[in-house]
Amino acid sequence: MTALLEVRNLVTEFPGEAGNGLRAVDDVSFRLGRGKVLGLVGESGSGKSVTGFSIMGLVDWPGRVAGGQILFDGEDIAKADAETRRSLRGRRIAMVFQDPMMTLNPVLRIGTQMTEALHAHERMSSAAARERARDALGLVGIPSPEERLDAYPHQFSGGMRQRVAIAIALLHRPDLIIADEPTTALDVTIQAQIISEFQKLTEDQGTAVIWITHDLAIVSGLADRIAVMYGGRIVETGNIEDVLVAPKHPYTHGLIRSVPSQNSRGHRLAQIPGVTPSLARMPEGCAFRTRCERATDACTARPGRFGDVLAYHRCFHPHEEALV
Amino acid sequence: MTMAETVAGASTPLLELRQVSCRFGARPDLAARIAIALGAAKPFPIIHALDKVDLKIRKGEVLGLVGESGCGKSTLGRIAAGILPPSAGQVFWKGEDRATLRGSRQRDADLEAQMIFQNPMAALNPRITIEKLVAEAPSIHGLIKGSTSSYVDDYLTKAGFDPAMKKRLPHQFSGGQRARVNIARALAVQPDFLVCDESVAALDVSIQAQILNLFMDLREQLDLTYLFVSHDLGVVEHISDRVAIMYLGRVIEEAPVAEIFSRPNHPYTQQLLAEVPRIRPGKRRFAAMKGELPSPLNPPKGCHFHPRCPHTHERCRIEVPKKREIAPGHVSACHLNDKQAV
Repeated sequence: MTALLEVRNLVTEFPGEAGNGLRAVDDVSFRLGRGKVLGLVGESGSGKSVTGFSIMGLVDWPGRVAGGQILFDGEDIAKADAETRRSLRGRRIAMVFQDPMMTLNPVLRIGTQMTEALHAHERMSSAAARERARDALGLVGIPSPEERLDAYPHQFSGGMRQRVAIAIALLHRPDLIIADEPTTALDVTIQAQIISEFQKLTEDQGTAVIWITHDLAIVSGLADRIAVMYGGRIVETGNIEDVLVAPKHPYTHGLIRSVPSQNSRGHRLAQIPGVTPSLARMPEGCAFRTRCERATDACTARPGRFGDVLAYHRCFHPHEEALV
Repeated sequence: MTMAETVAGASTPLLELRQVSCRFGARPDLAARIAIALGAAKPFPIIHALDKVDLKIRKGEVLGLVGESGCGKSTLGRIAAGILPPSAGQVFWKGEDRATLRGSRQRDADLEAQMIFQNPMAALNPRITIEKLVAEAPSIHGLIKGSTSSYVDDYLTKAGFDPAMKKRLPHQFSGGQRARVNIARALAVQPDFLVCDESVAALDVSIQAQILNLFMDLREQLDLTYLFVSHDLGVVEHISDRVAIMYLGRVIEEAPVAEIFSRPNHPYTQQLLAEVPRIRPGKRRFAAMKGELPSPLNPPKGCHFHPRCPHTHERCRIEVPKKREIAPGHVSACHLNDKQAV
């Protein structure tokens, strides 16, 4: 059976000052089956959002997908024409963004925006569209959905707005949802509400999810698989248990150990020295070598993929033993 | 004996809030007051940000202040730092009522409590070099004995910022480095007490770890006291000695950190702490607390948490629960702790 989504050697470039292409996404490969959740983890500037945008076909000029394949349901959509991409976007692949206020038009009623999204892909009467919109709002746990259809975005709280954005993403029962930090701006309690709605809906509908986040703790309870990005590359990917229990790449290792928890109370956190270099100053070879305690001369060569597409890392000196 | 127990013995708290309330709202002018008195207009809406809060911070401790957005934790932080006067109640700084301080004693009290803000970019003037940003306050207040340049270098180094780059402007630095400049600037007036309002929330995980370690190191080096305001329970659990939980303008529970995370008493705390995201492989159900924080314009009567509480009974709707000490150092405001009520 073919995977729902297979990304092969994806490269997305933005023009640099010197006229060379800066690779925001550099040779990214992963596979995602139907109904599965992939946690795409990384810090700011690691290329995780651009990966999401590339799959959606939303990379703005002058950035471009410069190489690789995006096989969606067996078809390469990286090279598809604009019309094909448009018919997929919102219908079979949907996206939820970090800030719902960016998704929602502040001067249109919620109902108008939802029926608009329905009419974009399906011929249906306004009454039928309104009914579908109302049901979708009810599904994401918005009280009295009938009345709320006539409300404007500013009349909702942050958590409720994000529910509306999720309802819009789910309108066409997409096969894949790309969720880009959907709960980062929300309180822990509201975050738990949103994730629990998301879990229910995607399980019921068999939707695959790419959950883009910097928060390892969320991913650990939500995802089946994880991919850790650094400097535009996936430095490590695999089953969530395998990666979190025994991370191989020193960056994954450091990232997990730098999260404060009950065990770290009163001690210093293990910190990764330095900062993420900007794309223009990314070191040759392994991008992490300037911050890595295990780096040697071998790391000036570019590490390939060690392992298969489902579980690999890019490190010449991986950690062998499990994290304690 | 832990740090928290040692400082518990000290007599006068560094900072004490007594029955502090804070309300925000437009003040009606004469015409509006007449119109309201005649019943021709409605009274202006007032936000009750803080409602009779009592809080003590002892010298040398780190108090974590936790709550959802809109619960008043930032307002409480501002009052503690002395940059916002309370609408009612008293703030005691080293045993003296801050409102009664005058002249140089007021100035000293103001300098001794400093604040580090959430957004490291918004807090730095974009047109002033790092050196001037850090030197400005201490030179105005005459704290610099000797050369300004070496004074600035000293504090930048303490905050882990390379002094060689001090001639640059804030926009030339990353978020983590800007956070360090903010810390250096606060330290430069030689404070005893730092209020950190979501100071690490905007930072990436690896940078956040660096800054948290810096806070711990500075505490030891400079004998600092912290009020650490955050919505991130993991961070609070890591850094605090004691934790205070806020809900809609009230502190509802206070306890040493190990106690509150292992034996939370208030139903809100119990539900809130159940949400702490932890790295724990294996899929799980995210169970959610029902509802949202009610509006502070019109807070519920009685216990503020009763509309969302699973144990609500009649008394909760009418009477505000009193704080009771349920274990040494563990204070909680819930009617369930009254044996008569159960």
